[in-house]
Amino acid sequence: MTDKTVLTQARPNPARTVLQKPWLWAYLAATLTFAATSMIAGSDAGSLFYAALTFASFSAIVGIGQMLVITLGPGNIDLSIPATMTLAATLALKFMDTQTALILPGLLVAIGVGIGCGLVNFILILLLRIPPIIATLSASFLYQSLAIWSNRGLRIKPPESLAEFATGGALGIPNVALAGIILATGAWVLLERSIAGRWISAIGQNLRAARLSGVPVNAVRFGIYVNSAVCAALTGFLLASFSGGANLNMGTEYMLMSIAVVVIGGSSIGGGNSNVPGIWGAALFMFLIVSMLNSYGLGAGIRLILTGLVIVGVVTLASRKGYDA
Amino acid sequence: MDDTEIGPGADPAPVVTLEQVHMSFGPVHALQAASLMISPGVCIGLVGHNGAGKSTLANVINGRLAQTQGQVQYRGEDPVQRNSQNAHNAGVRSVFQELSLCPNLTVLENLRIPYRTMPRRSWRRVARQKMQDALDLVFPGHSIRPRATVGDLTIAERQMVEIAIAFADRDREPSLVILDEPTSSLDAAIAQQLLDHIKRFCSAGGAVLFISHMMGEIFEVSTRIVVMKDGKIVEDQAAQAFTRSSIVDAMGHVAPEADTADNGLSRREFGPEIVRAANGLNARAGEIVGLAGLAGHGQAEALARLFFDHAPKWKPAREPEVVFVAGDRARDGVMPLWSILRNLSLTTLPEFSPRVMVDRGREANLVQSWKEKIGIRTENLLNPILSLSGGNQQKVLFARALASTAPVVVMDDPMRGVDVGTKKDVYQMIRDEAAHGRCFLWYSTETDEILECDRVFVFRAGQIAAELTGDEITEESILHASFEMQEAAE
Repeated sequence: MTDKTVLTQARPNPARTVLQKPWLWAYLAATLTFAATSMIAGSDAGSLFYAALTFASFSAIVGIGQMLVITLGPGNIDLSIPATMTLAATLALKFMDTQTALILPGLLVAIGVGIGCGLVNFILILLLRIPPIIATLSASFLYQSLAIWSNRGLRIKPPESLAEFATGGALGIPNVALAGIILATGAWVLLERSIAGRWISAIGQNLRAARLSGVPVNAVRFGIYVNSAVCAALTGFLLASFSGGANLNMGTEYMLMSIAVVVIGGSSIGGGNSNVPGIWGAALFMFLIVSMLNSYGLGAGIRLILTGLVIVGVVTLASRKGYDA
Repeated sequence: MDDTEIGPGADPAPVVTLEQVHMSFGPVHALQAASLMISPGVCIGLVGHNGAGKSTLANVINGRLAQTQGQVQYRGEDPVQRNSQNAHNAGVRSVFQELSLCPNLTVLENLRIPYRTMPRRSWRRVARQKMQDALDLVFPGHSIRPRATVGDLTIAERQMVEIAIAFADRDREPSLVILDEPTSSLDAAIAQQLLDHIKRFCSAGGAVLFISHMMGEIFEVSTRIVVMKDGKIVEDQAAQAFTRSSIVDAMGHVAPEADTADNGLSRREFGPEIVRAANGLNARAGEIVGLAGLAGHGQAEALARLFFDHAPKWKPAREPEVVFVAGDRARDGVMPLWSILRNLSLTTLPEFSPRVMVDRGREANLVQSWKEKIGIRTENLLNPILSLSGGNQQKVLFARALASTAPVVVMDDPMRGVDVGTKKDVYQMIRDEAAHGRCFLWYSTETDEILECDRVFVFRAGQIAAELTGDEITEESILHASFEMQEAAE
């Protein structure tokens, strides 16, 4: 008996496997909205795609962090993402002080802020036994206040070459999107191929059973919360460099966005089952739906209503249950 | 519905009559051909092993379960509504083993819940008075305030409140009160008050179904004793016809004695002691240690504590000290979203994968070999675990633990839903593994499994009541140890 026999009898028809993937719906929706937007006279499909990739990558990176947190099971969520983004961006840009030479240390500052925020979140959750939703929300007031205190309402500019990097691209793909794709690939490998990925999923399905199976539960949860904060910090760093500076409400829309891309992407909100490709599909879709409704000239009210309805529709389609091999 | 006052003694018809009642949960026959008549004025003592069907019988009588076959009549009338409604109308009340009060409500509010026709106006005053009366009636001299929140009471006080509510004078007077191990959390003096009240209640024409493992209490209050075994009523006679030992005999020996003598366990040599817990539990390498006693007396907690004390929370162990086989599959074992393969390999991932990545080739080999070794019935190991029958899921959980190299295996009543043939295979596998120096800690509610063990700790009220070895491990001695402490306390 070899593993070959096991694995060949294991894999069913590949076409059917693809159809059962819950991330399919996010990409389908993204493609449809893309087509609908491109059909409008005067719009340039190429630049629309480029813009979509750019803006989607910010949502995708915070979404990856949030997805891993949500995978840990009911009650696990990171609401400190916007504040962490703001704090990391503010401190990093202030540290770099527009000097090109300090870009790399600046990045490390951002990541360090992320690690610190993740640590605080986890200490509140594990040691003080505060539910994650409350812990991360209250911690985010702390981070936001720190950001306010340190930047005093000024808009801090990024170094020139960093701004160029963040707005530039290579091989027709924006640099920020490349970063997002690399991170997504890493997350996929982690979840699908590594031992830690199995542990994350096991904890999300049944915490007690995972513990009784010898999973180092605390270590995994620690890593996931820190990872989410680091993803947020990195997004804050990139977004601030991209948009010409850090400001205090730069993270606001990413609170909901990070959760929306997880859900639309086909990850189970109940935990245990996550879906990396779906994050990107959903992030593209979330940008494209807004630009589609914009280019049809709809007012802000209608736009919000339609966005809500479309999200409900996609989630309904995507949430049909599938099993993970 | 008719609103005629139904009081104890007002009606000579039996309160409840069961005729050939069957109750099955899927393939499990919890109750078979049970016929029972409960007349006003009698107290029936109901005894039997764990899983003999006592609680099922009680739940059919109080209407929580609808029998799958047979008939249940209340007050000799043909059933007109659902059992639960009929039982309620007939004045059947229950006090369960697991407390069923709402902890966030006050004592008087808990009385209000079953009291469906409480007057709306100033009901708190009425409820407070009724609650006070009920508590004074059953437990004179108690110190429970009706306005206290149930969550703030001790377990014993909660049990007292629940009993008082069952006997309380509500919209209907109680005609039959079912008490399922009511004294398990009461001390001797309070328990005596309850027994006295039961006698008063019955002599006033009420009926009581008294479920208990405490023989002294059974003999004190019962006018009739019913013995159950394997879902059947095997004895139903006046209390005077029984002695303690005749009841133990009637409850039955689960396994034929001949089976136990020749399993060749008792003459083996054991290694050094590798497990020692604060409560006195210990085990040596190569030994199969049983945890016996009545269900819910701290065995599962002792095992879980033992496991968590040695299991990693932070650092994953490449060579774990202890692995766990769950009995409560849904709560403690199965990963419902995963395939059989992933469920089986979970514990051993760090053992067979040299680095951070899962070695999928070795994983497939490991799982395939255990599929054959333990006989998991599936065509495809990538099928979801939930596609398997309960017994096969259990085999996966067994394999998950046994595949590891851990020297200690903790098993929390792991044979639920496993068929007889597989059980024999697993017993053999456990013996083989023990012969290779593994140590097993095995909690079981089934006597034939406990008889497989080299040494047995009998638990009673969260503590070790007795340690039995070799020839001392018999069903009688386990039963005696399970009861001993309570009788001493009486």
